[in-house]
Amino acid sequence: MKYTYYPGCTLRTKAKDLDTYARKCAQALGFELEEVENWQCCGGVYPLGSDEIATKLSSVRVLNEAKEKGQDLVTLCSACHHVIKRVNDDMKNVADIQTRANNYMKLQEPYKGETNVLHFLEVLRDRVGFDNLKKMVTNPLTGKKIGAYYGCLLLRPGEILAFDNPENPTIIEDFIKAIGATPVIYPYRNECCGGYISLKEKDMAKSMCDTIVESAKGFGAQMLITACPLCMYNLNKNTVGDVPVYYFTELLAEALGVKEDAE
Amino acid sequence: MSHNTNKADKIKEISGANPLKCMKCGKCSATCPAFDEMDIKPHQFVSYVINDDIEALASSKSLWKCLSCFACIERCPRDVQPGKLIDAARQIVIREKGADYLKADEIPELLDEELPQQLLVSAFRRYRR
Repeated sequence: MKYTYYPGCTLRTKAKDLDTYARKCAQALGFELEEVENWQCCGGVYPLGSDEIATKLSSVRVLNEAKEKGQDLVTLCSACHHVIKRVNDDMKNVADIQTRANNYMKLQEPYKGETNVLHFLEVLRDRVGFDNLKKMVTNPLTGKKIGAYYGCLLLRPGEILAFDNPENPTIIEDFIKAIGATPVIYPYRNECCGGYISLKEKDMAKSMCDTIVESAKGFGAQMLITACPLCMYNLNKNTVGDVPVYYFTELLAEALGVKEDAE
Repeated sequence: MSHNTNKADKIKEISGANPLKCMKCGKCSATCPAFDEMDIKPHQFVSYVINDDIEALASSKSLWKCLSCFACIERCPRDVQPGKLIDAARQIVIREKGADYLKADEIPELLDEELPQQLLVSAFRRYRR
């Protein structure tokens, strides 16, 4: 199976690990990630204004490229996934945005939200299947107690992201079970880490991240996993750091026995 | 007043939200992770838009404390979308020349070795035009 793949700005720079491990894992699991040519940054946050068109175009370009190739579009960074998925929803369901964006794009055939956008975790759940993944694990992470940190971007708004139940998600816990470890459920797993606020409001980010990590620790998590480079940064930077944070792809690579190949 | 009314209409237009649907249950404020830092709380923000009191919103600290984490939007039983109203008010402010919350000149001293690009592009999009 071949997918169009959108890595995004940070996966080329500060979050190379998230990307490198994912590519190795895809290979091991038997699907191919074909990177979009000349992709542009998604902008990091979804432009909420209904009159914002230009800021949505980089997503439309990527979505249209996948459509032209006849492939599903796979994302990995939570932020890119959030932005591209929401722009896709606009292109499908919001007539004004669809018209105006297509007026800019001047495509041969207008883009109307045809592409299916999948997060890498959704590929694991819905295409590979966690049961199959479990069978392919050669190095199960038995005994490790892992807290899933969802944050906000993968889950909300639930109606558009349609990733999982936004208040009681299970996808990352099911992933943790599939790689042989034990998931730890804690109340702050789907609350925001502060996101971009940590640039100018450091105290605020610190208090939010402390709450999340203390909550996870209190419920017995030895480590946290995330799909978001900004969550990773905030949770590392704004806490004392006694609960390590990993990208989920790193643990997946370890479980599949391909971690060393990636390094 | 007409000037302010225009701005309230603009907020409704940009956000696509209808503040009149609010039944003032306060769930948005109860769930907001930035509640403690906000001078105008999310549920109050909705009332300010209804009452066309836009100047107070434009100078409110809340604009820069909102994380756009969509907790209020997800959990609102009336689909009022307070987070979208706050973003629209933020847009009205930063679309004015010189009103950016983040100046290019202040960025170098805010950087550190690990800071991801994602953070900068996100802050640029929310804080400035």
